[in-house]
Amino acid sequence: MLKISLENLGKLFDAVSEKQTLYIPTDREDGASEYKKYESGMKLSKNLNTIRSAKDFFFPQTENLADFKMEGKKIEVIDIREESEDFVIFGVRACDARSFTILDKVFLSEPVDSYYKNRRDHGTVVTMACTKPAETCFCGTFGIDPTAPEGDAACWSDGENLFIQANNEKGQAFIDSVASLLEDGDTAKLDEVKAKTKEILGKLPLANLSTDAFGGDTLMEHFNSEKWAELSESCLGCGTCTFVCPTCQCYDIRDFDTGHGIKRFRCWDSCMYSEFTKMAHGNIRNSQLERFRQRFMHKLVYFPSNNNGEFGCVGCGRCLSKCPISMNIVKVMKALEVK
Amino acid sequence: MQEAMISKAKQLLADGTVNRVIGWKKGEFAYDITPAIFESAEEIDADFVYDDFTAANVSKYLVKESKKEGKILAFLKPCDTYSLNQLTKEHRVNRENIYVVGIPSDGKLDIEKIKSKGVTGITGVERDGDTLKITTLYGEETMPVADAMSNKCLSCKSKKHVTYDELIGEDGDVIDSDRFDMVEKLENMTSQERYDFWRGELSKCIRCNACRNVCPACTCETCVFDNPNSGVQNKAAADSFEENMFHIIRAFHVAGRCTDCGECSRVCPQNIPLHLLNRKFIKDINSLYGEYQAGADTTSKAPLNEYTTDDCEASIVHERGVE
Repeated sequence: MLKISLENLGKLFDAVSEKQTLYIPTDREDGASEYKKYESGMKLSKNLNTIRSAKDFFFPQTENLADFKMEGKKIEVIDIREESEDFVIFGVRACDARSFTILDKVFLSEPVDSYYKNRRDHGTVVTMACTKPAETCFCGTFGIDPTAPEGDAACWSDGENLFIQANNEKGQAFIDSVASLLEDGDTAKLDEVKAKTKEILGKLPLANLSTDAFGGDTLMEHFNSEKWAELSESCLGCGTCTFVCPTCQCYDIRDFDTGHGIKRFRCWDSCMYSEFTKMAHGNIRNSQLERFRQRFMHKLVYFPSNNNGEFGCVGCGRCLSKCPISMNIVKVMKALEVK
Repeated sequence: MQEAMISKAKQLLADGTVNRVIGWKKGEFAYDITPAIFESAEEIDADFVYDDFTAANVSKYLVKESKKEGKILAFLKPCDTYSLNQLTKEHRVNRENIYVVGIPSDGKLDIEKIKSKGVTGITGVERDGDTLKITTLYGEETMPVADAMSNKCLSCKSKKHVTYDELIGEDGDVIDSDRFDMVEKLENMTSQERYDFWRGELSKCIRCNACRNVCPACTCETCVFDNPNSGVQNKAAADSFEENMFHIIRAFHVAGRCTDCGECSRVCPQNIPLHLLNRKFIKDINSLYGEYQAGADTTSKAPLNEYTTDDCEASIVHERGVE
């Protein structure tokens, strides 16, 4: 397999960033990591994952959709879409890589969302295999192997070298663009690292979490469960879980009056928010219980029902770490699976 | 302590003093507790927990809970009692429907701080004197307890319960804390340095509203920023300064009412030290109007709600001739 010494990783980043914008997860002062535009000398984070997920690259928190100019009774619609530049996201974990497949099902099915597609077409995703999963990880529940991540190209580290392999043409083009920095390498040590990681994966506290009790055909049983009241009773109704989630994709579209015209924008919405799905006639999910239920039913029942059984969660564990009251999809699944 | 609390809760449920208990429920791991309401001895036996990670302040839940039928038992740490007192003062809770059992706290831990030291795969956390023993999937780790202490507890302002119906253990005293040290540091910066500090911190905001929603001083039924009819609904920031303004406005809104419980910073997913904004207001109020601790009592007039002729800005009103 092709490899580069970890010491020379900076050279690889420099080479990539000369041709395209490159984003890598890097550490902040507070020890947490976030994706940042690469600048020479920036170090790749050793953290397992970023606080915000990689979905931001394809589905940003806010974006402008169109402008309107009004003169008298005339309204002019201005298309502000621009072709995205090519960019590379490096170091995406297997969970986040799978989230793109889920988001694709939402945004690339007819009618195709041209804003999302534009960025998706121009983005190259280079993933990084996990070697030190956290106790909050449960990607295995959704059939994800963090030692064999998806993405256009995938990378593995054995502690000394970074190995890289293409998963498709886009990934191959990425590898070709830095071929002069790569050499053939022996994967014996890497195979050991992978085996060790797999052993840990089997020991994770959530290794046996199962989706058996969920799916499209379990709708009424779960919808009417008495357990939602208790599960949602201390929910603060904040948007933390939905905003750090790599698969949450609800958005709102609104108009902003600049004084010189209208900017139509969309922004992330959260089913936890009090005005979520507030329509002209009122609110169709009036209570926090109904809104809380929406989030988990969407991931565990509605989404698989509409997408050939695929669940709307990748087990990244961000909501487990970040919910202010530590209520999360794992606790919901464990409560609901008990009849 | 947990045992004493469990038997107290069961006793008060059994003798009919209360019909519900608000406390904390254990989770999947050693640290992921959830505030919860217990209605029976069985529920308490199964899940009730009070340990190093029960940092969550349950006072705000009492706004809703105290309006329900029957009395609720609330276990409150010293800092939590200031929040309840402030809510009582503002007529946001029905204090008669709450039976407060004051419980001591020797400081709560912040799992994020442990994780930020690179510790992962955590399967157990045990406090052994001043040392923390952490078991992980990758072996044992130790660290000083102080390194893992929640920020709000590191600068604890009081071990005293300012309201209770009953106490478990001895009551403590108000502490001469160092909580204004960082505020002073910020005050001593140049305005550009201070601006850069806050821009750096507040620009991390993802507008999840966790700080607002957890805040015991933020009890508006519908926040103006959530209300589509308010004209200032703010689901998305129009520019990069708007989320900065949101926090500044919120700090103004709770000025003089914030008890410095520290929940805003504890819940922030981006680790923004939001409490520093509130502490600046507290410090200024102390120096302009005399020492004042919101929530210390339920009867005194709040400095920002009162007018006296020796007010620091009395002349404004004098000149208008309102007196």
